Amino acid sequence: MATRILGWAAVAAVAAATGFGLFVVPPDANQGDAQRIMYPHVASAWLGYLSFAVTAVGGLLWLVRRDLRFDAAAHAGAEIGVMFTAFAIWGGMMWGRPVWGVFWQWEDPRLTTTALLLALYVGYLLVRRLTDDPLRRATRAAVVGLVAAVDIPIVHFSVIWWRGLHQPPTFLAPDRVFDPPAPGQFVAALVGMLVAFTLAWAYLMVRRYELARLEQRREEEVRRERVAAVRGEALAR
Amino acid sequence: MSDAGFVIAAYGVILGGLAAYALLLGRRLRRARERARDDER
Repeated sequence: MATRILGWAAVAAVAAATGFGLFVVPPDANQGDAQRIMYPHVASAWLGYLSFAVTAVGGLLWLVRRDLRFDAAAHAGAEIGVMFTAFAIWGGMMWGRPVWGVFWQWEDPRLTTTALLLALYVGYLLVRRLTDDPLRRATRAAVVGLVAAVDIPIVHFSVIWWRGLHQPPTFLAPDRVFDPPAPGQFVAALVGMLVAFTLAWAYLMVRRYELARLEQRREEEVRRERVAAVRGEALAR
Repeated sequence: MSDAGFVIAAYGVILGGLAAYALLLGRRLRRARERARDDER
């Protein structure tokens, strides 16, 4: 019941934030209407980071505690993180064409490291399909998830460490958190979209975790049936 | 394409993708629950 309420709250929040970002906030003086794409783009990028952090922490806790619930959380984080990272890349491309003049530029460190991040977590999901053994799968995935997480700070700080097309962080720069260099309405639209998307993320994470746990139980059931069948055959001989 | 076209393309794919994923996840979850119930019987 609480999850259902969370889901409807997320739907209402995303609808309100979209309406505010598209119809209430004025167009940017320099970027025009294209600037409106920043709201879902930044929110998606943030949730990509958060999801992959869940995957890394879940993987680490699996390695330490050997509890498959942590692996289920890690799996949920990776699948949802891939989706939000793909959204961030798509939004960035749709914003880049009218503002930069190009959809994509491989020489840009932020763009390239983000594409790498997406590829790493698609790889994580593929690694999970390599074996039927849930314990071996969880261990392999945890290692891949932890190695892939190294790219998260590289993506975030790439705009500070190297020069490229992408501008430095506007709101998550340490010296700008309480003094954002943008008008109040723009900040409100961005924060509103961040909150709305985070609610949607929380709802999807709860649901995806539940699915992962059901899949684990089903696998365990099938494994038990197979073991019982093999034992039965052995006794019959 | 105008700025508005890029805005529509961005929001359409992101919000549409989010909705499609939520619906697909709901369907996968429903099937998994049904299977779990069948296993219990």
